[in-house]
Amino acid sequence: MTTSDEPELAQETAELVRPYVITNGRDLLDDSDFSLITLVTMHREPPRTKPLDPEKLRLLELCAGGFLSVAEIAGHMQLPVGVVKILVSDLTAEGHLSTRAPIPSAQLVDRQILEEVLNGLQARFG
Amino acid sequence: MGSRLDLDDSVYLRSSVQTAAKILVVGHFAVGKTTFIGTMSEIPPLRTEEVMTQAGAGIDDPKGAPGKTTTTVAMDFGRLTLSEKLVLYLFGTPGQQRFVQVWEDLSRGALGALVLVDPERLEESFPVMDLVEHYGIPYTIAVNQFDGTPSHSLEEIREALDLLPETPVVNCDARDQRSSADSLIVLVRYLQSRLN
Ligand SMILES: Nc1nc2c(ncn2[C@@H]2O[C@H](COP(=O)(O)OP(=O)(O)O)[C@@H](O)[C@H]2O)c(=O)[nH]1
Ligand SMILES: [Mg+2]
Repeated sequence: MTTSDEPELAQETAELVRPYVITNGRDLLDDSDFSLITLVTMHREPPRTKPLDPEKLRLLELCAGGFLSVAEIAGHMQLPVGVVKILVSDLTAEGHLSTRAPIPSAQLVDRQILEEVLNGLQARFG
Repeated sequence: MGSRLDLDDSVYLRSSVQTAAKILVVGHFAVGKTTFIGTMSEIPPLRTEEVMTQAGAGIDDPKGAPGKTTTTVAMDFGRLTLSEKLVLYLFGTPGQQRFVQVWEDLSRGALGALVLVDPERLEESFPVMDLVEHYGIPYTIAVNQFDGTPSHSLEEIREALDLLPETPVVNCDARDQRSSADSLIVLVRYLQSRLN
């Protein structure tokens, strides 16, 4: 069955060419340092020289406003997640961005997070 | 050069937020994932794409080799700031077996999954349940009651889906915030119970 606005269907698009251009042909690696929910913002003391790459500049501009997840950056910029991970990874290494690490999946931490999620949901919707 | 993104401050997280958590909202096409995420999200839901390679028929090597094709899969997601320090992201994605790379990314660090099912099309939920189980993601079931659907008891649905006795099954209307929040709360309580 097909629904008209089904976004999940895989598409082969011409846009696929772009990511490879943006990332200088680098593999869209699965960089475990940056997950979908890694939180990113502009560094408080960024280097004086701005990146030359227009997509990096656009990403920096977006991140100047506050914290966003990698997934949100991809959504706002309309770029694939794999590309955004590479751009974020580069910009972090260059000192333009800083990140908050995603949660480690240790049980003890999970316990606290679940507690906070539950309390938050109940406070908001209960 | 890309145009400047004009975004107001509400798109950004509170600066006090330290931790991001993730829950998956999964199910087959048209089961209500996008609706659910739209109902719960504090931001207009966003969509991202993952670019991935897909092995051609008969190629088992996941690293792929010649013959692989590149496809993209879209997922939508929403955001809920749940405390000064914690933000929860809800990621919606369908369950095609071939989208393994996306699933690896999605499942990493996920607290759990809410599996949406349509009581009239239960068999279509099997592939996505297989995936969730394959990646070891704990899940609960939310039965999306569409209008005019003859009602099946939750017991019948549990049996048809061959669930473990401890797996919670609840009714849910993905268009209704209270109902959707309740099914998330059931999931979180279940996740807590598994740690004890
Ligand atoms: N009656 C009813 N319709 C729903 C409900 N949830 C979703 N729908 C409708 O079902 C269709 C598919 O929903 P959608 O959220 O796009 O499904 P997705 O493919 O899983 O993202 C849309 O037309 C929705 O308006 C529900 O709880 N009750
Ligand atoms: Mg959808």
